[in-house]
Amino acid sequence: MTFEKVKALLVEELDLDADEVTLESNIREDLGADSLDMVDLIMSIEDAFGIKVEEKDTVNIKTVGDIVNYIDK
Amino acid sequence: MKVAIVTGASRGIGSAIAKALSENGYNLVLNYRASREELEALAATLSTEVVLVQGDVGSFEESEAIINAAKTHFGRIDLLVNNAGIARDNLIMRMSEDDFDAVSTTNLKGTFNCTKHVSRTMVKQRFGRIINISSVVGIFGNAGQSNYAASKAGIIGFTKAVAKELAPRNITVNAIAPGFIETQMTDAISEEAKSASVGRIPLARFGKPEDIAKAVVFLASEDANYITGQVIQIDGGMTL
Repeated sequence: MTFEKVKALLVEELDLDADEVTLESNIREDLGADSLDMVDLIMSIEDAFGIKVEEKDTVNIKTVGDIVNYIDK
Repeated sequence: MKVAIVTGASRGIGSAIAKALSENGYNLVLNYRASREELEALAATLSTEVVLVQGDVGSFEESEAIINAAKTHFGRIDLLVNNAGIARDNLIMRMSEDDFDAVSTTNLKGTFNCTKHVSRTMVKQRFGRIINISSVVGIFGNAGQSNYAASKAGIIGFTKAVAKELAPRNITVNAIAPGFIETQMTDAISEEAKSASVGRIPLARFGKPEDIAKAVVFLASEDANYITGQVIQIDGGMTL
């Protein structure tokens, strides 16, 4: 399931506890990511799911749910 | 054991930097474009582990291979020294497009390429040092070197921007601007021009590649933890 895989990535990249991450979590505000974390995270997602996240779409990724929806789209 | 990558390591300043880093305990990935024999001779004198990687830093793919060699072989990268550089001097009226492009590609784009490819590794490590070799010509200009001066000035702007970007991950990025250093590159200058140059240097002599290498060792060390985005001129006072 996409959410579980994204969650595992977030936990590792941002050094979080698994129960902190929900679909509604705002990646910057709730999970404490800064701009370098966001770029690193998007690159990890590209590698893990074999996709290319377009630059224009990266600004719209705010919550964990946004990532999951983008991957499943 | 710390790991450093030095581009353009077979001669001149790059070779002196490689030697000094090895003496200070760094394992090394040394890049060269054409002069493998000279670099092999240098590597044979070094007591730390050394990997030689052929490649043109001006190529995005080849520069990635240089960086990947360090990751594969040593598993981490503490220091990148963007040293590879070329000169193709001519007065602007006579400078060809190819002369401009070749110098920009190796000197400036090469610095971008290697820095870009090393950046994610250093961000993940939450540690890194990047040292870019610029030139006093990039600050003050020099007739007959508009291409070289532009590329070296570009390196300074690049250094400051990347220093700001990567500072939150404990990565420092600095530039060194050498003045007149005795290397094969400056051997090409006429004796007449050399004596005119030495007359403008308060310390009344040309620098040696080791003078630059010592500053690299310092900027890479823990003693320089709080120095980032700076341009250190090492020119015997020539530009005072």
